Amino acid sequence: MGNVLTIILQRLALGLLTLLIVSIVIFIAVNLLPGDFAQSILGQGATPEAVAAIRKDLGLDQSLVTRYFQWLGGILRGDLGTSFAQANFASFTGTDSGATTVAQQIAPRFANTMFLAMITAAIAVPFSIILGILAALYRNTVFDRATNIFTLSSISSPEFFLAYILILFLAVLNPIFPSLSNIFDGMPFGERVEKSMLPALTLTLVVTAHMMRMTRAAIINLLASPYIEMARLKGLSPMRVIVKHALPNALAPIINVIALNLAYLITGVVVVEVVFVYPGIGQLFVDSVKIRDIPVVQACSLIFATAFILLNLTADIMSILSNPRLRHPK
Amino acid sequence: MILWLVAALVVLAALAWGFRFAGQTATGNAPKFRDMSYGVAYGYVLGLAVLAWLVWAYMQGRSEDQAIANKFFFLRIAIEGFVIFAIAAWIFRFFGRTVGTVWSKKMFRSMPLTASFGILTIIIYAIFAIFAAIIAPYGQEQIVPGVAANIIPGGDPALGGDPEFPLGTDQIGRDIMSRLIYGAQNTVGIAFATTVLAFLLGGTLGFLAATLGGWLDQLLSRAVDVLMAIPSLIFALLLMTIASVWAPELGIPLTVFMVVIIAVIDSTRVFRLARAVGQNIVVMDYIEAAKLRGEGLGYLVFKEILPNATAPLLAEFGLRFCFVFLTIAALSFLGVGIQPPLADWGTMVRDLGGFVNFAQFAPMAATAPLLAAGAIALLTVAVNFVVDWMLHKSSGLKE
Repeated sequence: MGNVLTIILQRLALGLLTLLIVSIVIFIAVNLLPGDFAQSILGQGATPEAVAAIRKDLGLDQSLVTRYFQWLGGILRGDLGTSFAQANFASFTGTDSGATTVAQQIAPRFANTMFLAMITAAIAVPFSIILGILAALYRNTVFDRATNIFTLSSISSPEFFLAYILILFLAVLNPIFPSLSNIFDGMPFGERVEKSMLPALTLTLVVTAHMMRMTRAAIINLLASPYIEMARLKGLSPMRVIVKHALPNALAPIINVIALNLAYLITGVVVVEVVFVYPGIGQLFVDSVKIRDIPVVQACSLIFATAFILLNLTADIMSILSNPRLRHPK
Repeated sequence: MILWLVAALVVLAALAWGFRFAGQTATGNAPKFRDMSYGVAYGYVLGLAVLAWLVWAYMQGRSEDQAIANKFFFLRIAIEGFVIFAIAAWIFRFFGRTVGTVWSKKMFRSMPLTASFGILTIIIYAIFAIFAAIIAPYGQEQIVPGVAANIIPGGDPALGGDPEFPLGTDQIGRDIMSRLIYGAQNTVGIAFATTVLAFLLGGTLGFLAATLGGWLDQLLSRAVDVLMAIPSLIFALLLMTIASVWAPELGIPLTVFMVVIIAVIDSTRVFRLARAVGQNIVVMDYIEAAKLRGEGLGYLVFKEILPNATAPLLAEFGLRFCFVFLTIAALSFLGVGIQPPLADWGTMVRDLGGFVNFAQFAPMAATAPLLAAGAIALLTVAVNFVVDWMLHKSSGLKE
């Protein structure tokens, strides 16, 4: 067991290191911006004193390295800085109240996005595993081919195409679900689920293909093994052979691909949230990109990257844990 | 609605049992029916039911009653499109099997219908992209004189359309159909250029890392690891924010920045593959022989490694193109990709998306955004089908 623990600790350390480097990359990228933010908000009428005051306010007068460590320290304390768009500059207005911090802006939206991701996972994971098992059971039949073509088409379509098709059929022509997901705090759970249904279905279509194909491939890979042959010769039904004998041994690659696809969800969520006006972190990110609200862009990128790295790490660790050869070394 | 669905499934369950029983008695317990599991019987009945429903929906779409016909308009178009494409793909494959050289005939003979559909679609897109200026009735930036802006798509004068402009005009009076055709040139062209750039960059560096090894390999590989740790769309959006500040400062169009940014991000994936493939080739005896002959690095990479790595790289090129194409479309859809006045499908979907809500009353009006989005989807699906087939063929998999 000690062996596995070392490997996992190594992976965790590596993940932390990656996270640190990624934060440096994001910080440097943002600081490649030409000119000065203070200059650009003040525009033509910038007096040197006003520029200096705002620079001091935002901490732009310090060196790059100092600023990086201040930023990093802030993040560790949960302080992501002040949004430029929401900032009222203390030295400018004379008061220091009402400024919305990035953390305040992001927190509720982050919760919304996690909610959406969870609903999607709750639909997509069972759906794709069942579909994958059925495709493996009835491999090379019409059903298998049809599923293959359908999933391949849905994975290669842009997210907004799937989103609009779903809006067209499930919201406009047959009003089953609302096409706008304007959820807010304090909304009853049922209504919340109903409003997030279309974005969740869109994301399901996006991630199902990969998971389903992996499930099918992992099971079919095992079907030539002697113990499957044995189970078949015992006279078990094909369904039982697959579910009881093949599936447990195919779980490792399946869990791995599920974690990877949840990581992919993080990216897919941006476009889908924009289409459905879902108040999540993806939409905040895109809006901030458009108005160049650097602290928010920085913070959102970091959150997305962290989630991505963590899920990839989980996939890694899961595949180590589910490997019996590593768990019980000779 | 849900209740009806459940009820239908229960009825189907009874029908499935009946179907198997009827089959068993009618054929005198033939093995096909005797050994049929209940799941399979259910699958048959379900498939038949879906087929019957599709036929019914198609007939509804052709109904005289406008309200009902509108409701099933899109399903009708989808079914018609599917059938037409299937027939076209079949004819194309038949054509390929009878005309051409021995080699091409052989290739077409083993081709599944999906792959021939993919190749046909790619050819059509290429024709549209190359001859856009001839096919399109108006220029992409041309504001047709004397024509109102915001003509509703559909060409129905009663709803504010114009038969002259079947897909209507946009907010400043440009013909949407022409812009859709030019979109093939811009969107596909830019995506293609980006992919080529990504391959030049990632492929060269990957082969270099594989051949030289040592610290260069370590440096490049670790840098790629870090870049790949950030989700690509997020990283692209972050860099585009910065580029949008730099672009006016330097006087370079934002689209150029986008091409470079996406090419760099995607070259990391190409690098991984090129390095992995290259490492397998570098240990071969003929490379050793070439090294002993005293050949230079350039000769090794381009004359010895590259020709032997073509097959996996070609398949990767197709997949990479899809990813790049979708990323660019997503960026444009979010408003930070290909910039106006260039006509582009992603931007068009964003601008015209609201028309989808009119589908019930004026189905033609809703087709404009769906056509733009569908054009993107169709091309990526087609490329994917072809790549799937190529991989299947080169891997020699039979099951």
